[in-house]
Amino acid sequence: MPHSAFFEYLLRLGDNALILGHRLSEWCGHGPILEQDIAMTNIALDQVGQARSLLQYAGQVEGKGRTEDQLAYLRDVGDYRNVLLVEQPNGDFAHTITRQFLFDAFNYFQFEALKQSSDEHLRAIAAKSFKEIAYHLRYSSEWMIRLGDGTEESHQRMQAALEDLWMFSGELTEVTEVDELMLETGVAPDLRSIKKLYDEKVAAIVQEATLVLPADTWMQSGGKTGQMHSEHLGFILAELQFVQRAYPGMEW
Amino acid sequence: MTNKKNWPLWEVFIRSKNGLSHKHAGSLHAADAEMAIENARDVYTRRSEGVSIWVVESRYITASSPNQAESLFDPADDKVYRHPTFYNLPDEVKHI
Amino acid sequence: MDPKQKALAEQFQARIDADEKIEPKDWMPDAYRKTLIRQISQHAHSEVVGMLPEGNWVTRAPSLRRKVALLAKIQDEAGHGLYLYGAAETLGIDREELLEELHTGKAKYSSIFNYPSLSWADMGAIGWLVDGAAIMNQVMLTRTSYGPYARAMVRICKEESFHQRQGYEILLTLCRGTEAQKQMAQDSLNRWWWPSLMMFGPSDEASTHTQQSMDWRIKRKTNDELRQQFVDATVPQADFLGLTVPDPDLKWNEARGHYDFGEIDWAEFWNVVKGNGPCNRQRMQARIKAHEEGAWVREAAMAYAEKRQKRQEERKAAVA
Repeated sequence: MPHSAFFEYLLRLGDNALILGHRLSEWCGHGPILEQDIAMTNIALDQVGQARSLLQYAGQVEGKGRTEDQLAYLRDVGDYRNVLLVEQPNGDFAHTITRQFLFDAFNYFQFEALKQSSDEHLRAIAAKSFKEIAYHLRYSSEWMIRLGDGTEESHQRMQAALEDLWMFSGELTEVTEVDELMLETGVAPDLRSIKKLYDEKVAAIVQEATLVLPADTWMQSGGKTGQMHSEHLGFILAELQFVQRAYPGMEW
Repeated sequence: MTNKKNWPLWEVFIRSKNGLSHKHAGSLHAADAEMAIENARDVYTRRSEGVSIWVVESRYITASSPNQAESLFDPADDKVYRHPTFYNLPDEVKHI
Repeated sequence: MDPKQKALAEQFQARIDADEKIEPKDWMPDAYRKTLIRQISQHAHSEVVGMLPEGNWVTRAPSLRRKVALLAKIQDEAGHGLYLYGAAETLGIDREELLEELHTGKAKYSSIFNYPSLSWADMGAIGWLVDGAAIMNQVMLTRTSYGPYARAMVRICKEESFHQRQGYEILLTLCRGTEAQKQMAQDSLNRWWWPSLMMFGPSDEASTHTQQSMDWRIKRKTNDELRQQFVDATVPQADFLGLTVPDPDLKWNEARGHYDFGEIDWAEFWNVVKGNGPCNRQRMQARIKAHEEGAWVREAAMAYAEKRQKRQEERKAAVA
């Protein structure tokens, strides 16, 4: 297995967790009710925690002595490997929940399969993360249903969010060269079979939420290959990396 | 805005480990029972304080009145025969 | 006061004097209830508004380890706000009313949170000084006379123990770092020192509530006692960091066995309490915005819960 492909793959997993965790952490102190503020922060904490394990491991695999922090704080937009979905802005709570659900549903099946990865260390990370992700999916699914089938206003907001974000869902299960290599070496599952599970899960929850999936949407990708991120990522990194960039090379 | 219905209050009981009773931990607001359990998990077990959670909507709890405390609880005070020390046995008798 | 009320009031004070806890359904003087609601809700509001100056830096924390620690700490504050609102609710007022009082400016919260957080070092100073000052007060309150308040405080104090360490460790790292980092730490101490001393409230002579609260054993130490305790504990910690406390009058008084310190700028204190701090308006706007933008979410969750319950009942009826 080419090391560079495995490194890329770990960056994808780590960057997804980091960027979505970062987005969720923006809610801290601004949630719709105290109880949900706490709940969303819990998910953010899980995700940043996962990002730490994954990026640390990515650094090891790369073998150039880069730490989790050097990877998080010193790469520019073009070197980030997260999917476009997770870098989308929080918007209203409907957008945040929809983004979370579309990601969790994928992440759930992905990590369930990664528990059987041929790579021992990744298997261990997956076993721990999967328990957290299972809870995230339950949380975001319940809120999809609650808000989709809540009031007329909440229904409209959820439908609008689904229409805004659906175009970023295709990238999750898009098969790239790195994915083929990971599949060959038994590191990662076949995204084509994950796509089947994903589509079923999303369809079921969307239906229970009395929402309608947008038909024939153009699917935008480019995040996980790093070829073309959205404009949002640069602003995320500007905040995330501010201190490290303004005071280079110091311990914090 | 205040005429809108707010999320009801729930009382939360946590079993800290198997073998112990559930104990009152505090309260929180939730729209329904599932949410109350999840909120309780996020609010009251952030530091692994529990293995089991009960929630009950506060309005369903009936409490004894403190005004009746004397008539409810004082009569038990002089029923010493309910306690083992009421009975005198010689020291030679063991394991009883 | 009619004789029955008088007898009840005397009984109540006798229980307090015997260090018995008062529980929600017990008889209590109206003024005791009101004082508690005011104090507990003020305390809850402080936790929640206090999330803002720190929340400010969550997305800019300089390492992932610092980021999770800060997030967890702010989350605790949300939890503490929640425990305290819960304790207040046992007194027969609901959270929505308390929030209304906050948003309309009727209820107060700790003025310290009306100061801006401007650098990463401020996360250190807030943890060390602001949480340090808060914990002096909170440890005392674990023995307060109202049961639910005391129990909330026990839980809060247990959880708070990492907060102050988290802050101090941030500063320690800065002070052992480069000159620029040490300067950042000193600047932060300069800005947060005096507002932290103000957290204990007006001096005992000027405090309108202290005596009655002491008699009811809601408070068990006066503002000035707690403030002195804080200064005595904190100055050696500043020395250890190698930072200078911005008070030319600060010196150890051998005879008293305490530090003497300079006079607080009470004009500034009252001005910020009245709403004229650097961030009062912005803090309140942020809280109101979150609450108002959350309204549709709260309503929808309630509507869904009711819908679902109705469906379940219909299903049951159909089976029967």
